[in-house]
Amino acid sequence: MNLGGRPWSSRLIMGTGGFRSLEELEGALLASEAEIVTVALRRIDATRSSASPLDLIDRLGLFVLPNTAGCYTAREAVRTAQLARDAFETDWIKLEVIGDDRTLYPDPIELLDAAEQLVADGFVVLPYTNDDPILARRLESVGCAAVMPLGSPIGAGRGIDNEHHIRLIVEHAEVPVILDAGIGTASDAAQAMELGCDAVLCASAIARADDPARMAVAIRLAVEAGYEARRAGRIPRRLHAEPSTSSSGLAELGDEAGTRGVDVEHA
Amino acid sequence: MTVRINGEERELDGATSVADVVQSLAGQAERGVAVALDGDVVPRSDWESTMLRDGARLEVLRAVQGG
Repeated sequence: MNLGGRPWSSRLIMGTGGFRSLEELEGALLASEAEIVTVALRRIDATRSSASPLDLIDRLGLFVLPNTAGCYTAREAVRTAQLARDAFETDWIKLEVIGDDRTLYPDPIELLDAAEQLVADGFVVLPYTNDDPILARRLESVGCAAVMPLGSPIGAGRGIDNEHHIRLIVEHAEVPVILDAGIGTASDAAQAMELGCDAVLCASAIARADDPARMAVAIRLAVEAGYEARRAGRIPRRLHAEPSTSSSGLAELGDEAGTRGVDVEHA
Repeated sequence: MTVRINGEERELDGATSVADVVQSLAGQAERGVAVALDGDVVPRSDWESTMLRDGARLEVLRAVQGG
């Protein structure tokens, strides 16, 4: 996959939020074989010394993708991206601008505004977006390096609520489409890839599974399986059966008449 | 002078730079730490030379696990 002007061998991007410990995070990161991982920025709390995930990510040689999680306005998101650039020495940003805390749906007006500003400021912008084909096109047209539509709300684990929208986004996009949010289990990730997404971003489905490392393996394999299935070209869905064995040369072994089953129309 | 650091009022005696505050919160200024003063980013290269004024609002952030 080519993303942000660089080739990547993994099509699974991992979020680091929601893990019960850094040990579980490490196990899942290794099992996922992800190359790109997201982190957030929050206030330092000197009274609580919780370990930073950054040491782990650096030790594993992974690529840090900071996010703007928690931002509600373009202004906050742009500032957060600029802070992230200073903190991590990267121009890459996973842009999130949220509309409300109940749905965590993106605010499309603020999102597009922030994307435009950040592209102009030299960022590689990966926007978390609604599954809206028109908004996806607008984000692409202002110069985003990818579009990242949600399958269903963050943490909802419902998979892809509206596969038609994902299909429409894929159909028009000339930048990578990364399904971000909503994955609940491996089959959801496979479905995203079968629909033509270029990659999947997954956090909660792995972090909150009973066995995160095992779920990371499952989702990695599902991403690969879905990608191969998409490239293989699936058969159409049909109402009627299509015999897989030829009927030519079939022996006559029954009675003279009525050997082709019940005539449904006249029964 | 009184400043706000990560949302909490603090009394400071004498000249204090952004670097001093970062040092007190994060120890050696490591990768993954960023600072905003009155809403604007203070690049790492300016931490030493940027002095806090009375009423300054400072945000000192670091990497955490996230989506």
